[in-house]
This record gives sequence, C-alpha cells and structure tokens, in this order.
Amino acid sequence: MAVTHPAEVAAPDAARVRRPSRLLRNIPAKIASIPMVLIALVIFVGCTAWTVFYSFTKSGMLPRLQFVGLDQYDRLWSTPKWWTSIENLAIYGVLSMILTMALGFFLATLLDRKVRGEDVFRTIFLYPFALSFIVTGLAWQWILNPEFGIQAVVRSLGWEGFSFDPLHSRELVIYGILIAGIWQGTGLVMCIMLAGLRGIDEDIWKAARVDGIPTWKTYTHVVIPMMRPVFVTTLVLVASGVIKLYDLVKAQTDGGPGGASEVPAKYVMDSMFGAQNLGQGFAASTMMLLSVVIILIPWAYLEFGGKKRG
Amino acid sequence: MAEPATLGTVAAVDAIKERTGGVGYLEGPRGGRPRRVLTAHNVVLYGTLLVIAAYFLLPLWVMLVTSFKTMDEIRQGNIFAPPTEFTIFPWIKAWAQACTGINCDGLSRGFWNSVYILVPSVVVSIAVASVSGYTLANWRFKGSEAIFTILILGAFIPYQVMIYPIAILLGKVGLFGSLWGLVVVHTIFGMPLNVLLFRNYFSSVPEELFKAARVDGAGFWGIFFRIMLPMSLPIFVVSMIIQITGIWNDFLFGVIYTSNERYPMTVQLNNIVNSVQGTKEYNVNMAATLLTGLVPLAVYFASGKLFVRGIAAGAVKG
Amino acid sequence: MLAPNTSVSIRDLTLQFGAVQVLQTLNLDIRDGEFLVLLGSSGCGKSTLLNCIAGLLEPTDGQIFIKGRNVTWLEPSERGIGMVFQSYALYPQMTVRGNLSFGLRNARVPKAEIESRVARAAKVLQIEPLLDRKPAALSGGQRQRVAIGRALVRDVDVFLFDEPLSNLDAKLRADLRVELKRLHHSLDNTMIYVTHDQVEAMTLADRIAIMRNGRIMQLGTPDEIYNRPQNRYVADFIGSPSMNFVEGHLERGTFHGADLQLALDGYRFGAPQVADRPAIIGIRPEHVATGPLVDSAPIRGEVTAELVEPMGSDTLVWAQLAGKPFRIRMDGQARVSPGDRLPIGIDPAKASLFDAKTEERL
Repeated sequence: MAVTHPAEVAAPDAARVRRPSRLLRNIPAKIASIPMVLIALVIFVGCTAWTVFYSFTKSGMLPRLQFVGLDQYDRLWSTPKWWTSIENLAIYGVLSMILTMALGFFLATLLDRKVRGEDVFRTIFLYPFALSFIVTGLAWQWILNPEFGIQAVVRSLGWEGFSFDPLHSRELVIYGILIAGIWQGTGLVMCIMLAGLRGIDEDIWKAARVDGIPTWKTYTHVVIPMMRPVFVTTLVLVASGVIKLYDLVKAQTDGGPGGASEVPAKYVMDSMFGAQNLGQGFAASTMMLLSVVIILIPWAYLEFGGKKRG
Repeated sequence: MAEPATLGTVAAVDAIKERTGGVGYLEGPRGGRPRRVLTAHNVVLYGTLLVIAAYFLLPLWVMLVTSFKTMDEIRQGNIFAPPTEFTIFPWIKAWAQACTGINCDGLSRGFWNSVYILVPSVVVSIAVASVSGYTLANWRFKGSEAIFTILILGAFIPYQVMIYPIAILLGKVGLFGSLWGLVVVHTIFGMPLNVLLFRNYFSSVPEELFKAARVDGAGFWGIFFRIMLPMSLPIFVVSMIIQITGIWNDFLFGVIYTSNERYPMTVQLNNIVNSVQGTKEYNVNMAATLLTGLVPLAVYFASGKLFVRGIAAGAVKG
Repeated sequence: MLAPNTSVSIRDLTLQFGAVQVLQTLNLDIRDGEFLVLLGSSGCGKSTLLNCIAGLLEPTDGQIFIKGRNVTWLEPSERGIGMVFQSYALYPQMTVRGNLSFGLRNARVPKAEIESRVARAAKVLQIEPLLDRKPAALSGGQRQRVAIGRALVRDVDVFLFDEPLSNLDAKLRADLRVELKRLHHSLDNTMIYVTHDQVEAMTLADRIAIMRNGRIMQLGTPDEIYNRPQNRYVADFIGSPSMNFVEGHLERGTFHGADLQLALDGYRFGAPQVADRPAIIGIRPEHVATGPLVDSAPIRGEVTAELVEPMGSDTLVWAQLAGKPFRIRMDGQARVSPGDRLPIGIDPAKASLFDAKTEERL
C-alpha cells in the first residue's frame, strides 16, 4: 500500500531554494560593526589621507584648496626649528630605544632569576608607566632644577664646582628629557621582555644545564635568538611611541631653552594651533607619518613576509 | 577537562602514600639543594636590583617630601631630605586655591572635569571596542580582516596626522569643544589596542561553544550578552585599566578638543606648574603633580598583575 | 523523489574553501530513526558535512532537506536539530539546568513547559542530582551527558554528534557508547554521528558512511563494510590489524601473485563476467585459518613466523607471503615462536578482490 505524505515527499529539484542575499544575513552583526568600520575608514584612512592631501595646499589659518606642490615641504626643510626638532627626535629616539631596550631586557633577566620579592620589584619598575608624561615631566623638571635639585644637593655636599643643569643648556636639554623618558618607559619594555622570557620552554633551560652551558651563554646563544620576535615588536612599539613624543617636552621644558628641545609633534601643534599655519602643520605631520611608515615596512616584512616563506 | 589532571595528581599522591606508609610524601629533603642566602651571586643580584629600584623610586620620594615641606625649608634644604616641619598646606592649596589664569579654585576643577570625561569615555570606548572585537572574532564578514588590519595600523599613525580633520568632523556634527566630542575622540584612539585585546580574547573562547549557542537559537546579541560577557570579566577589567589610565593621563586631546572651562586635570596641572606669573611654589606644584598622578597610581596598585597582563597582552601581540 | 521515511537528505552538496574542495557533490539519504556514522580520518570532510547539516557552515552549492523541508539556508535553531560537541561546549557560567534550558528560553517556551522538559531529560540521562551544579564541578562523563541532554530537551528530529566521546578516557568511552546505543533504542531519533574511531562506528551504526577527500567511499551496514568493502581504501581503513594485500593478476577465476596461486572458488564476484586483469587480493588477518581449522579451509599452505606480538586475547603473527609482510591473527592461547613453520588455510569466500588500477571491488 502506498502511503503518501504530501508535506514530506518533496522533489528535490522543485524544492530547490536559492541562496538568500548575503547582504541580508546577520543584520545585527553588520549594524554592530558600523562604528568600527567608520573609525577605520573615515578616521584612520580618511583623515590621514585628508592631511596628506592638504599638505600640498597653501592652507594658512584655514584649510584652502590651492595647490602649491611641494612648497610647504620646501619651507619646512628650510626652517631651523624643524631641523632642531628632527635632530632632537633622532638623538632622543636612538638613545631611548637602545637604553630602554637594554635596561628593560636586563631587568627582565634579573627578575627571571627566580628573585624573591619579584612582584615588589616589578611594581616599582613599572609604576612610572602608569603616570602621565605631564606628571613625569614636572617631576623631573623639579629634580633637575639647578637651584634646588641634584646640582644644588651635590654642591651643598662640598663639591662647589659641580654643574648639572641639563634643562637650561641648549646642548644637553634633550638628554634631560631622555632621563625622564627612560624612567617612564623602561618598565613597559621590562614587562614585555619578561613575558617573552616566561614564554620560553623551561625544557630549553634544563637542556642547557644538562649540556653544561653557562647561564650567560644560554642567554646570548639560545634565549636572545629565540626572543627575536619579541625584540622586534618591542622596538616597533618604542619607536612609534618616540615619534609621538610631545607631552613630556611640553611639561618639562615647553621646547626651551630658546627652542632647543623642540620635537616634530610639538612643531606640528605649534604650527596648527599657535602660528595658525596649517600647511606647515600638515607637511610636518605627513613627514612624521612617513617616518612611521619607514619603521613599519621593514618590521612588517620581517614579521609577515618571513612567515609566509617559512 | 580539568579532570584528568586532578585524577593524575591524586593517583601520584596515592602511590607515594603506599610507599611511605600513609605519610603522603617521601621522607627527607625534597626539591633542589638548600641554597645559602648570602652568596656572592645573590649579593650582586639583589644589590643591582635595589640600586635600580632606588632610581625608579627617587622621583616619587622627592615629590612626596617636597609636597609636605614649607617653601622656606625647600629654599634652604636638600630636596631628598624628609620634611622637618611637616605641612599639608601645599596639598590644600593645590586642590582648592592654585591659580590658572583668572580661575583660582585649584586643581579640583580639573579633577572633576577629568572625572566627567573619564566615566563616559571609558564606558563608550569599551562598549564599542568589545562589540567590535566580538564581531571580528566570531562574525567575520567580507572585508572584516582588512578593517582589523587598518585598526591595528591606526595605532601607529601619529595623532598629529589626524587631529585637524577630526576637529573639522566634530565641528560638522556639532560636537567640537563638548564633552561628547572628547568621548568620541577617546573611543576612536582607544580602538586599536582594545579591539585587539577583545578580538584575541573572544577568539580564544572555544568555537564549539559559539556553535552550541547558535544551535540553541541564540543570535548576535544573545551570544554576546549571555555567553561571551559572563565569561570575559578579566578582559573587561584589563581593558578598563588601560582606558582609565590612558584617558586620565591624556593631555593632547584635552588641549585640542576642549575649552578652558573643561580642561582635564593634566592640562590644568601643566598650566598651574608652568605658569610664568608669580613666584614658584614648588611644594604646591609637587602636591598638584601627585594629586594628578593619584588616580592612575591607585588603579595601578589596586590592579596589580592585571595591569601587567593588560600591557603585555596588548604589546606582545600588537 | 525522497522516500517518505527519509529524515535527512543531502543533494549535490559542494563546499569549497578557496581552491580546496572540502565536499564534492555529495549525495546522502538518511532514514528516519537511523543511526548513521560518518567515519574517516581527519580532513576527510566528515565534520564539515555535519556542520553543513547543522547550518553552522554555508555550503557553496547543493541542498539539504530535513524531514522533507529544505533547510539549506535556515538558521541552525530552525532546522530541528540538536548537536553534541567533542569539547561538550557547556556554557561555563550557567548551571546544568541553565545549560539544558538555554535553547528553550531562546525559543520562548513557557516556563512550566521548560521545567517539565528539563526534568524529563534529566531523568532519562540520570543527571537529576546535578541540575544545580556548574559544568566545572562535573566529571567528563557527566558533562557529556549534559551535552546530550541539551539536545534532548529540544525535542528535535535529528541528533548530530561531533566526535562526542573523543575527549573521554578509554573505559568511560566504552560505557557511554553502550549508553548512547540504549538511548537511541529508546528515543528512535535519527542520529548522525561523526567519529574517526572504527570501533565506535562498528558498534553504534545502523549504517556507516566512510569518507575520504570530501567523498563518500562506501555507505553500508557495518557488516557490509567489514565483509564486502567496495574498494581498497575502505578495506584498508576498516579492521585492526588491517587487511593483508597481495598484488598480482586475475586469470580465469584464479588469482596469481608471485609464488601464490589462489583458485577463487566460492568468491562472490560483483559481476557475472569478470575479465582477466591485474588485481589485488585482500585477506583479513583474522580470516587466515590456523591450527585445527586449517584442514577445513579450501586453500592450504605454510608460512614461517618472523615476529610474534602477543596481545592477550589474540596473538598477531607476522610472516611473509608472496614476498610481502603478511599478518595472521591467532588465538591468544597460541604458542608460536619466530622461525616456526606455520600451516595456514585461506577461504576465498572471505577474501576481497580489487581491480589493481581502479581499486574497486571485483
């Protein structure tokens, strides 16, 4: 006896259902991603492109769509203040990268030696990172104050000729800022390095001990090569932070004495909001962007290009 | 999942119990050789650590002692020495009387401004970042990876490049100079790190859990609020720490996107300390500086390891 | 036309990830109340197929029907399926009761109804005392029961299992296997079960679909799969220790390979006329007669034992046949030493013959 169930018997071809439009699927997910998409496209891409675009115009107090080619860049590179900014950033950048990396890694290896009170030491090394650059700058401005600070204290101990007044010396002022920057930023590097060291398989240490390799040699020959990606990432982080250097200078010296501690970010701010010379600000910030790109491209190549081949 | 490990431990203890007649552990010394505390190695190790710790603590110490001294003592004494004549007057003055321009109501104005900026900025930025991270981890769409890459690269773009056009955009929508304009700016610049944090966290939630919830009929928001959120308290705390310290410490956006009346604490602090008028009151300045650093320091000391985890998680993968 | 008693029907299902074909125009009909096992090694597409049926993956092409309804583009919750995962996938912050009722709450089932359904499922699975515990406080076996319960409360037509026992230790796995079989007998739901474990497949399945590279290599009862594998891949995949293969050629009903000649009297050829050709014969280690049974076997010979692996219930003897390693499974009591001459017997009716080129059964 043939029993038919009309609802259940279906000819597959007749019942073929087309794929619904992709646009209509997961509507809530699409709505939820609107802010993210807007931020990425309008702000990060759009605003960046806008600034680069307007750096080729004759914008002054207000943005103006009158193209002047590379004029703004010509003017920028013939401004002594810009050159000082670049020199300062170069000195500060290279030294702070070397010093925070070296000191941060050194501290991380010390703490990785199963130190008693590791938490206390880590807390001490890292707390400056929680403070703002303004607070950091003002604190060090006070310590480096020639009348009351380190110089005064050493002199009062009987060493009358002692001179240590970096914040009022055109040649030394950037090093005075460097001291504060290192104080603020080393803890972060230490933390990342420590995380990297902890990520290394403990069996590697056991194997090195079984093979009778001394500790320092294990670091130089095994650990540091294994930490290469961590070093590279940290370096990129520190470098991108260095380029943003602004608040610290603003608080500690405000560019002084006599513009000797100017930095590019401050140059941009002063051009845009002080001198009302937007074109210069756009050109200078485009140069900052360019330097970030120069840092990022080799990193991206090392990080992602290498992986694809390997 | 945790069970085999537990079973393993129990079994191991049992075996030892058998051999030692119920003591539970083997007699005699266990672990490594006993260490002498005062070896040359240890002296160098801890000596170095203590010296460096002193360098890191020095500014905090100097700020503290200065803020409790009178100006007379500061002029005569040593900045490292503790106060002989203890006074809290500088703190009171910094909080309630210090002048910026024509206003002489102290840092309290900046403090409350910062609080009003902080609370909505933290809430909005974390809400947007967490939902975005969840979308990127669990509801990928065409181009979502590209958006994610742009967001991460956005972390490296110098703020100066985007400041001016953002100001124009804020002006167009009528938010320039307002509190909500600054909230938007903090949300924007908090995105890269926090989206990365949330995306990585949500990606580490087993995919099968997500599938099970879909079979159970939960949708986008159902899964987010009822499955993901209850599981991700730690990452929200980490993100909150990052945002609270970051937004409180902000100077640049405060200067640009707010007006005199609404300046956050950092801006007001800088104006007080670096003002060129009047005689410098270093004790008041240091009290003001410490007051401004108090909120992030409190967050830092209260959060302990989570702070470390937050910056390490963000940094190592960033 | 779909047969009236078809539960799940898959038509020309294709799935591509970029250039990779994960499922290749796959067709499969699963009967109402059937326990179907999708078996294969990792990467064969079995889990992908299950995820497509569940609606967790979108196929590139093709249609899926459940109970005659085209569900190809429906949400997972609209398909009348319940799913049990390898990692259990219990919601960690909810109690067992919360886990069981989550789907019903999402479907806005009335409270009283939820309670009675949860109570019934808990009773069936004997997890009533655990209802107010969190998953973290449960053992692996209990967690898996809750995971099954979550599918049970929803009164679904089809149960989908994605390697549900793989995370359990061997003993618990055997226990839960029996329980699953009992559950299937009492519920009579259609069950689709993905595993890479052939013992699970053989013991649980009404029918097994063996998959490889996104294709079904053979669909049949455990008995068919074991005794009449349709191709060399299936023959090799099923059975442990695996089947012995000897290469040679078929000539007028006799298999010739190296120094071996087997008259295939009693072998059931797939077609009435099978032309002479290069061929492979497969003989399961347990189908080689030894000891007193040799005398009753149609074909007899003798080999030299080279290696002996006593396994308790059985003894596995490695020898050589036609220049190739040849495994013989003997009784656990058998006492054989390397170097012993061993009389063996082979019954062609139990052997499998494959075309050497296509590897299909002859």
